[in-house]
Amino acid sequence: MIELVNVNKSFADKQVLFDINAQFEPGIPNLIIGASGGGKSVLLKCMVGLFKPESGSINYDGRDFVHLPYEQVREVRREIGMLFQGTALFDSLTVEENVDFPLKMFGKMTHEERIDRINFCLSRVGLENANKKYPAEISGGMKKRVGIARAIALETRYLFCDEPNSGLDPITSRRIDELLHDITREFNITTVINSHDMKTVYDIGESITFIYQGKIWWQGHRKELDATRAHNPELDAFIAASQF
Amino acid sequence: MNKLFFELGRYILFVRSMFFKPERFKVFFERTIHEMNNIGVGSIGIVTIISVFVGAVTTLQTAYQLVSPLIPMKVIGTIVSDSSLLEFAPTITCLVLAGKVGANIASEVGNMRVTEQIDALEVMGINSSGFLGLPKIIAGVIMIPCLIIVANFLMVSGGILAARLTDLMSPNEFIQGARETFKMFTVTVSMTKSLVFAFIITSMSSYEGYFTEGGALEVGEAGTRAVTRSCVLILFADFIIAKLML
Repeated sequence: MIELVNVNKSFADKQVLFDINAQFEPGIPNLIIGASGGGKSVLLKCMVGLFKPESGSINYDGRDFVHLPYEQVREVRREIGMLFQGTALFDSLTVEENVDFPLKMFGKMTHEERIDRINFCLSRVGLENANKKYPAEISGGMKKRVGIARAIALETRYLFCDEPNSGLDPITSRRIDELLHDITREFNITTVINSHDMKTVYDIGESITFIYQGKIWWQGHRKELDATRAHNPELDAFIAASQF
Repeated sequence: MNKLFFELGRYILFVRSMFFKPERFKVFFERTIHEMNNIGVGSIGIVTIISVFVGAVTTLQTAYQLVSPLIPMKVIGTIVSDSSLLEFAPTITCLVLAGKVGANIASEVGNMRVTEQIDALEVMGINSSGFLGLPKIIAGVIMIPCLIIVANFLMVSGGILAARLTDLMSPNEFIQGARETFKMFTVTVSMTKSLVFAFIITSMSSYEGYFTEGGALEVGEAGTRAVTRSCVLILFADFIIAKLML
């Protein structure tokens, strides 16, 4: 479980996150939704340690990520997998080498075990025949799937996805959503997904966190969304703008 | 002025952050060998062309200026070999390498920054500056002095060739002039310069790439900045080393 307590973040004089308190449970897709510029990506980057919040704590199963010593932060990070908006695959490495990268850096597997693990991860995301291809040679949807395979290669406990559907067609987008949902359940991962795609919310979202102007405006289960939007104009405007 | 101190401080912190124990020595070693191949073997062609021509042109121009019949022609060999060792081989070669290797490193690292590949390394718990920068610095500090040694030989060879082709003097005469005043200390100065310049090129270019913000345009700008700043620092360091050692 990931727990955020009073997280605040500013850039120069501009405060971007205001007293964020939230909990993200394992085994279910936790979605953070909100308009662009609302603070979703900053929150996600604070959670994975790319930004350091001014105050507050981010607890990974009781380990305060913000205040841990550097070596222990690195230990926690090795349990984190992240799917970036632009996939962030290493251009100079093949698909297979990208998935192998965290295994080679941190795993204690033999070469054969690593090959087995790579093939398992790639087959799990439906990419059996792309091992030797470079990122430039595969489609956007395939890149996202390689990104997911890389993120789960080390038996990740926490998975973060920043706009996993951006730039994808509706069919591929749905496949990525289903994949994230299935992987989260199968491996009991604490998955946090940043999205402004309401289709993703209704398809796979369970715990929903709505961020508006750097504050948590609403948090609850997807089933409560429709009932809530009637008396939450900001949430209603966001959902209505997505034609839902 | 504030910006200068900000950049200087950030550069020092960046360089310091690189010197961490590598996560996996085997991967680090492989990366270093890969970079040595890129920087060293990849630059041998341009270094050869430049060295031969600089040596040849220096010989011809020195001969043009030494018009007195009282000065023996072998002095040209002395001047060409000493100036090659002390200045031309380390400085000119490194200025060219700042353009070739520096721009390459800055654009590679800068591209990794803007496409979030560096963020991906950080999220994995890898010291990204050390992972990306340190192999390049080690490779540069090993391979650039080797290139300078090659450049030294080629400049003298270029000089001998030019002297022979233009019937200025015989190769023996040139070599005699070069050997008569040869001091081992000039090689020490040449190697000191090449080590310092190698560090400047690789660290400055990694720094410029690492702190790139934006997109493709900014990656290009980072490459240009890496080259210009490396060149200025090389010339500055050249002066300091000359003042301290000679």
